Amino acid sequence: MYRGEAARVLGKAEVGDRIRVLKGERSYEGVLMPRSELGDDKHVVIKLDSGYNIGIEVTGAKIERLAPAEAVRRPAFPEPEFLPEKPEITIIGTGGTIASKIDYATGAVHPSFTAAEIINAVPELADVARVKTKLLFNILSENMTPGHWKKLACEVAEELNGSAHGVVVAHGTDTMGFTAAALAFMLKNLTKPVVLVGSQRSSDRPSSDAALNLISAAKVAVSDLAEVVVVMHATSDDDACAVHRATKVRKMHSSRRDAFKSINALPLGEVRGEVRLSAECKRRGEGEVHADTRLEERVALFKVYPGVDAELLEHCVDRYRGIVLEGTGLGHVPESLLPAIERARGENIPMVMTTSTLYGRVDMKVYSTGRRLLKLGVIPGEDMLPEVAYVKLMHVLGITQDYEEVRSLMRRSLAGEITSRTLARAFY
Amino acid sequence: MEGLRVGFEIHQQLATRKLFCNCESELREEEPELRIIRRLRPTQSELGEIDRAALQEYLKGRCYEYEVPGDVACLVEMDEEPPHNPNPEAVRAVLEVALLLNARPVDEIHFMRKIVIDGSNTSGFQRTAIVAMDGYIETSRGRVRIPTICLEEEAARKVREEGRKTVYRLDRLGIPLIEITTSPDITSLEEAREVALKIGEVLRATGRVKRGIGTIRQDINVSIAGGARVEIKGVQELNLIPKIIEREAERQRKLLEIARELKRRGVVEAHLEFSPADVSEIFASTESKLVARVLKRGGSALAVRLPGFGGLIGGAKDEPRLGSELAQYARVKAGVGGIFHSDVLPAYGISAKEVESIAEKLDLGESDAFVLVVEARERALKALEAVVERARQAVKGVPEETRVATGDGGTRYMRPLPGAARMYPETDLAPFVVGVQLIDELRSSLPELYEEKIARFVRQYGLSEELAAQVVRSPHAGLFEELVESGAPPRLVATTLIATLRELRREGCAVERIHGESFRELFSLVAEGKLAREAIPEVLRTLSSSPGKGMEQVMRELGLEGFSEAQVRELARRVIEERADFVRERGEGAAKPLMGLLMKELRGRVEGKLVMKILREEIRGYLGR
Repeated sequence: MYRGEAARVLGKAEVGDRIRVLKGERSYEGVLMPRSELGDDKHVVIKLDSGYNIGIEVTGAKIERLAPAEAVRRPAFPEPEFLPEKPEITIIGTGGTIASKIDYATGAVHPSFTAAEIINAVPELADVARVKTKLLFNILSENMTPGHWKKLACEVAEELNGSAHGVVVAHGTDTMGFTAAALAFMLKNLTKPVVLVGSQRSSDRPSSDAALNLISAAKVAVSDLAEVVVVMHATSDDDACAVHRATKVRKMHSSRRDAFKSINALPLGEVRGEVRLSAECKRRGEGEVHADTRLEERVALFKVYPGVDAELLEHCVDRYRGIVLEGTGLGHVPESLLPAIERARGENIPMVMTTSTLYGRVDMKVYSTGRRLLKLGVIPGEDMLPEVAYVKLMHVLGITQDYEEVRSLMRRSLAGEITSRTLARAFY
Repeated sequence: MEGLRVGFEIHQQLATRKLFCNCESELREEEPELRIIRRLRPTQSELGEIDRAALQEYLKGRCYEYEVPGDVACLVEMDEEPPHNPNPEAVRAVLEVALLLNARPVDEIHFMRKIVIDGSNTSGFQRTAIVAMDGYIETSRGRVRIPTICLEEEAARKVREEGRKTVYRLDRLGIPLIEITTSPDITSLEEAREVALKIGEVLRATGRVKRGIGTIRQDINVSIAGGARVEIKGVQELNLIPKIIEREAERQRKLLEIARELKRRGVVEAHLEFSPADVSEIFASTESKLVARVLKRGGSALAVRLPGFGGLIGGAKDEPRLGSELAQYARVKAGVGGIFHSDVLPAYGISAKEVESIAEKLDLGESDAFVLVVEARERALKALEAVVERARQAVKGVPEETRVATGDGGTRYMRPLPGAARMYPETDLAPFVVGVQLIDELRSSLPELYEEKIARFVRQYGLSEELAAQVVRSPHAGLFEELVESGAPPRLVATTLIATLRELRREGCAVERIHGESFRELFSLVAEGKLAREAIPEVLRTLSSSPGKGMEQVMRELGLEGFSEAQVRELARRVIEERADFVRERGEGAAKPLMGLLMKELRGRVEGKLVMKILREEIRGYLGR
């Protein structure tokens, strides 16, 4: 926490202790606070009795320890009582802070993930379902790997095959789209809802989007749906959430609440008080859910841009079993990449074309470059998102290595990732 | 006033861009580009507790609509983007003020989140940081301490309430605000005025603060010996400060007097039970139109006994009255229009007989009083509960509370004094290291304080003390120095900027529209003798209605194109020759009478002094021939 000079001057004083800092004729008294990761090693931070923090430069400063830290009182919440007629759902935690508490003494945010803690923070959930919670991982979503997807898929299947009417997966938003797509491909014979949810404003702030997102996700988890979906704010307003199909959703903004958008498709529905689903949703049914967790992890997602070094692609061909190209426009690459692509085909490494425009469908027969790529065996990815094609290629290569079979599976919609009609309204 | 203690909390907007984004700090009145609907959910305390009352409000659907004027508010104000680093100009401005107020800047500034869930901040908290501590200001009556100087973000502007929805506009949100808190060291009205004035002058001396209505607000803390700390919010008029303090001190004095009398009568808090009685039937055939109307609508008349309060609620006409306190509580907590109490009844159509019946029903003793509320039943109950709560406090004396200035020197009850705000670090921002270098740099170029500047203007430019003070306190001090430095006569510039502009303003001219550039041109023409100083008001009048116009065009329109010296000489010679006898007879003494003739043609176009000088020369020349 405290490093270098600051740590030396602090001596035995620990975070939470009441200290006095003497510096020249100045004297400050307060509670020693943790040091921000963004700060240097030359200052100590204390919380004054007014509640304000200030940083004091330690050169020439003397620290007196006045009192040890007060013991942190961890509240015990009573087990929540649920109405027996409510359907049961499982909320699986993967990290992030869907329900968190602030330690005002140190400013630290503690994640809470027991059902009792979640119901205490969001009591409305009890009106929707009997909530069970499971903390599966505690990682940032940027650290999520295909290995985590597999574990998560098994866990979700187990819950669905048990007593859960639906599963909510609380997930960091950065890579939520990838995880959603992975679950959509891996969960076979899905007969119940699987809902991924997150928040763009952390739940320790009054303006957090977490509560509305979580309540809406729970409502979708007990609805008639039988798909993997992402449920997040529909607009900047705190009044409705959109239900996005897992294989058509993408995080399109770094910070807004309504960052998640359905691309090349309309949202499957909306939760505005109650859940409304479109006619094309798959509906709840009977039967065991099966998690097919075979994944070929040696797949690359290769972005094409002017000046791209052909060596980069050559390297991918050396190293990977499948490559998704994020081409330009209708699905093009510069001529300089053609030798590498030809080599990939020769070595039985499938290449799938998607577009960096995200919106729209690739079409490689319109221009000569496209036609040459087709001839070289590049598989057109239709209107699939590049990230979704990447996850799908892992999944497909996990099932078969046969080029023709891979081609056929990649061209078919397995989990709603390819639409047959490009809707005018799906571009906005 | 015995034991008077006054402290200030002064909030001043800075004239930089916004604190945490690059939007301009400007207000907009046009229809907003966008409206968003938001809700603010009470968060858990460190013990996992949630403010249940606030949560109830939330669950009942309390929501906020934010109007977004897109040119002065961005995603940061919408709480859709993390704050950018604090505006360095704003930080410098606060540090400058801190140094001028003898305060010590902290080594590292840490922004905090102060929880505020009334919707005035889209995030649900206000970002605020201590920038300096332990300052003071000297007054003619001694030193007033300034324990903290903070930099914070201004709240959104409230537009209106619509039931459970409050509408705010995001233009004001995020404007940098400096908060200066003084200790309650002030002990007289004069000193209070002096402190407010001096701090205001220090702020303006930096040239980095906004001016105009709403850009500075003072909260005043007042207490008297035996009284309690009362915070008065929203004081904008400097001149009202002494009156507000005086009236608050008087209010506290009166409340203490009432408490003493209650004690003498043996009244204790426990006597004040909340046991309202329904007295609606007493008013079955009342003459009071007001009461009859409410009862007809299905309302109730409820009354409550206040034992020992007889004669203490009404009070004399010009004195603070306990009755107003009870009524304000009832209004704030139950939303009722008003209350009746026995000290003023019978009145308002309520008869002596009805009053008697109520007294009988409540079993009222000699020294007891009652309060009557006629309203929808639920609301009336709530109102009487508030009345009893306030009456209990009257037994103890002065309750600590937050009051709001009413604009006429008075105040009214707003809410209980808030406890320590919940604060936690703004983790989206890095600590801001102030650094010795920055402080040294600021210290070496601190702006002149008003007093110093006034003295210098007197010394350097020969202005009178009064005129110098007027220039320094006006928004034109900078322009004044600039004009004088480029050669314009100081006194002329000062009287033009102060007196002439004031007169034109009185006439209704929009003098603030005149460009600084026009003043520069104007005085350089005067210096060159191409424009007479007498013509200045006329030129400025024209410029105020068409500020874009070039000076040449204005002069042409006003017929003020100057005469060259040669032309004046020519004209002077002609006049001398036409009256040759007279000139020979009077010699140089002819100059004065001839001047009148010349000026008929030249008034406003050529400086009189110059004309006189030329005329004299020409007369001498003529006589010497």
